[in-house]
Amino acid sequence: MFACFCPFWTSAQVDTSKVQRLDEVQINAKKNNFILNSPTPVQLIAGEELKRINSLSVADAVRYFSGVQLKDYGGVGGLKTINVRGMGSNHTAVFYNGVQLANAQNGQVDLGKFSLENMEEISLYSGQNSNLLQPAKAYASASMLYLKTVTPKFEHGEKHQFKVGLKGGSFALINPVVNYNYRFAERTFFNINGELLNANGKYKYRYRDLAYDTTVVRHDADIFAKRAEVGLHHLFRDSAKLQLNLYQYNSERGIPGAIVADKFRFSQRQWDDNFFVQTSYETVSNKRYQLLLNAKYAYDYTRYIDPDIKLIDGFLDNRYVQQEIYFSVANQYYITNFWKASLSTDYAKQDLDANLENFAHPTRDTWLLALASEWHWQRFKLQANVLRTYVNDKVQTNIPAGKKTKYTPTVLVSWQPLAASELRLRAFYKTIFRMPTFNDLYYTLIGNTFLRPEYAHQYDVGLTYSKNFSGTYLKGIALQSDVYYNQVTDKIVAVPGASLFRWSMSNLDKVEIKGAELNLQSFWQFNQVTAALKVNYTYEEALDVTPNGTAYRNQIPYIPVHSGSATANANYKSWGANYSFIYTGERYDQKANISANYVEPWYTHDIAFHKTFGGKKVNYRASAEINNLLNQYYDVVLNYPMPGRNYRFSIYANF
Amino acid sequence: MNIILRRTGFLILLTALLFSCRKDKVIPEPENITAVSGLYVLNEGNWGSNKCDLDFYDFKNSTYKRDVYKAANPEVTLGLGDTGNDVKAYGSRLYIVVNGSNKLEVINVKTAKRIGKVDIPNCRNIAFYKNKAYVTSYNGYVAVIDTAALTIAAQINVGRQPEELVVVGDKLYVANSGGYTSTNYDRTVSVIDLTTGTKIKDIDVAINLHRLKADSYGDLYVSSRGDYDKIGSNLYVIDTKTDAVKKKFDIPAGNLAIHKDIAYVYSAEWSNSAGAYIITYNKINVKDEVVLSGSFITDGTQANIMMPYGIAVDPASEDIFVTDAKDYVTPGKLHCYTSSGKLKWSVTTGDIPAQMVFVK
Repeated sequence: MFACFCPFWTSAQVDTSKVQRLDEVQINAKKNNFILNSPTPVQLIAGEELKRINSLSVADAVRYFSGVQLKDYGGVGGLKTINVRGMGSNHTAVFYNGVQLANAQNGQVDLGKFSLENMEEISLYSGQNSNLLQPAKAYASASMLYLKTVTPKFEHGEKHQFKVGLKGGSFALINPVVNYNYRFAERTFFNINGELLNANGKYKYRYRDLAYDTTVVRHDADIFAKRAEVGLHHLFRDSAKLQLNLYQYNSERGIPGAIVADKFRFSQRQWDDNFFVQTSYETVSNKRYQLLLNAKYAYDYTRYIDPDIKLIDGFLDNRYVQQEIYFSVANQYYITNFWKASLSTDYAKQDLDANLENFAHPTRDTWLLALASEWHWQRFKLQANVLRTYVNDKVQTNIPAGKKTKYTPTVLVSWQPLAASELRLRAFYKTIFRMPTFNDLYYTLIGNTFLRPEYAHQYDVGLTYSKNFSGTYLKGIALQSDVYYNQVTDKIVAVPGASLFRWSMSNLDKVEIKGAELNLQSFWQFNQVTAALKVNYTYEEALDVTPNGTAYRNQIPYIPVHSGSATANANYKSWGANYSFIYTGERYDQKANISANYVEPWYTHDIAFHKTFGGKKVNYRASAEINNLLNQYYDVVLNYPMPGRNYRFSIYANF
Repeated sequence: MNIILRRTGFLILLTALLFSCRKDKVIPEPENITAVSGLYVLNEGNWGSNKCDLDFYDFKNSTYKRDVYKAANPEVTLGLGDTGNDVKAYGSRLYIVVNGSNKLEVINVKTAKRIGKVDIPNCRNIAFYKNKAYVTSYNGYVAVIDTAALTIAAQINVGRQPEELVVVGDKLYVANSGGYTSTNYDRTVSVIDLTTGTKIKDIDVAINLHRLKADSYGDLYVSSRGDYDKIGSNLYVIDTKTDAVKKKFDIPAGNLAIHKDIAYVYSAEWSNSAGAYIITYNKINVKDEVVLSGSFITDGTQANIMMPYGIAVDPASEDIFVTDAKDYVTPGKLHCYTSSGKLKWSVTTGDIPAQMVFVK
């Protein structure tokens, strides 16, 4: 039976709550089935596994996915963005409980800001989620990262649940966490989760060359952040679900710059204030007609200062306010028992205000309409959808980018050739685009309102396979492998003006990406020891094929040809150990693949130990992590040194 | 193979075998070319990339050597630094203004060995007068450097974000840009009396001033960058006898080099109507102050230049050197033209080749 070896099954060994244990096994069995059945590649980390891997934020966790390059500027507070399958970070949409975390200003979501404390599951979809009942936004990017927060689970008669925790370690990190779950009616749960994060961000890094060996301390990477999340869950009598989430994040941080000769200190700082409230209502899944409603309001404030830029009075002090309102209605209907269709429509309004001179104050209205259908014949599945995007930009000054209407298609297929074998073949084709961001279009002196959307065309063929064993130490294996070909056309790049002061955005470049991903999981049991081993490998040839370009057929910057990860965990009674290895091959930091632009491969080894203890009333969980065990000094982004060996300890009490 | 590898045994060895180990950087071989002159070329490198270095064309051996600073000073941590903005020779030394590293680097002009450095925040350009170096800082002043002690002797306040500066007689002229405030650019050339070290005047010229060169007739050629939008770049002449503007050329001007009676002026300016960059190569007779007809590159090879970024004229051979920064993110080119504008040779440089200086 499939559920026997799902990757989270081992969690049952360490969890003390019976209810949770059963749930976890069932839910995760379903999830693993879902992964292997999906016509698009899905990778996910959830539940116990998420607690075990050496991670502080969502950014740390996504490093374990194949096909992912995390752009990490280093340290606790450094910017961390995700680039999937070489298409660029603006082609990955990030969803929080099913609703996109949009950023019209620069199109990027800093995953370092999202704590794992309140996360239940992180999943990455290449192409899209093949679920038909989803907002139109879920069709509107080349890849999607879904973050799902914890839904409280209560045992019969239980009303209150508390969790307090404390993390600390290198970089003078102090990170207290509290969580309170309250069941105020049979099927109504309330949940509040909060944390403080403080770190001075200091760490040593080392530069070595033929004739020097210099160790320096990274300064100005301090951070102080506060996060509070409130969740309200209601399950109706007929099992329809209503959920409300409030999210509030404030931070002040140093912005450590590029380390260059004679410059090791930085005075730039940033303040962030992010707030959103979102709600979702979903009807019962076993009905012929199903409805999903979502709504959101978001407010994001950023203040950035650069005391080195001296103005007539004072220094550079920029403030940005971005607001969004969003509504989505998704409907799914079973036409016959093998044919279903869905129609989703989303509306979003975003606007950006800034204290910049001559600022355009852009407002963007987006209407999305997605029509999707799925046919299911025995072991063959075909899904197709078309997305209509209508975007209208307005500005208060200067020229708006105006109205655009685009239609983009997706086709997904999956086929299980033999009923007796868990081998499935799959393929998908998708064309989608990313809109130019407000920065691309309207940034004073740089923006170009004539920009076209940047397209990503994806072709993917893959297989999934799983097999269970009995009577052996090896209990099961699961495999996914895909080969893909992507084209990014009309890629938006900054091109030079008459001086370095005057760059301009242009739809100039074209990129061709040929890749292969291999994802292998195995599950073991040796008497009382359970173990899992996961290996990911990505091959990616991402070539600049811009006609008449300066770097024709060179590998694009920061995409390694080879990258991968391996994780192993073992559990014995209440003890657990986790080891992970991440490898990123050689890269180039600029277009030309020459020695001056060569960036060394890096690889880190991380280990962690966990122990649960305590009784019926209070149970504890303690862990110790050592990251970058071999103290390798490396840059992910040129001249942004990453931390060497560092430590993290945590203790949680649940009662 | 690195040291970690030797120390830590099996696991890492396996890793290294699986994934190939880190390689050492390779210093490019000098490229052979034939030419008549020699010079230092300062490659700015992109902001934050720390890829600023000097290239040197050795006229005796006809070799073009890349990254001569790093080769001569391997012990200097992280090398010459980030975003070089100016280089000039004075006596037996070469002075390099490294903007992104906030320093003035001083090296031996023959060996390129480091002599010392002076920290100057947001430094931009350099000029010399009586064993003192004068360096503009975007913080609104000129730093006066004692070249013997390599210390800052004084600061003279000028306009906002000063750029190039030039000494004529006993006076120092400084072009102020005000580039940090695009709604209120500076418009002045500050005049400093070098005998007293004080500012005596601000000459109102035009917005966003940048280049400043002197001819042999006591005139200054100063370029305005315009506002990159409605107001284009322009070129003005200041008479240093009266310290007043005496002529406006109404030609686009990005950079210029003056040799004898000719100013060689290029420009690369975005045109909204054309939807492209308009690149021009003009000649001006500085004696009569008239624009001469035709481009100073005459054989049509200017079509190969994507983004002209530096210009210099060899005082001995009168050859014209133009650098091409291309798209700023790929290695540039140095082109050598005869005085009649025919391409003699080209060579690949570092990223964003800009300022050049001829040395004896």
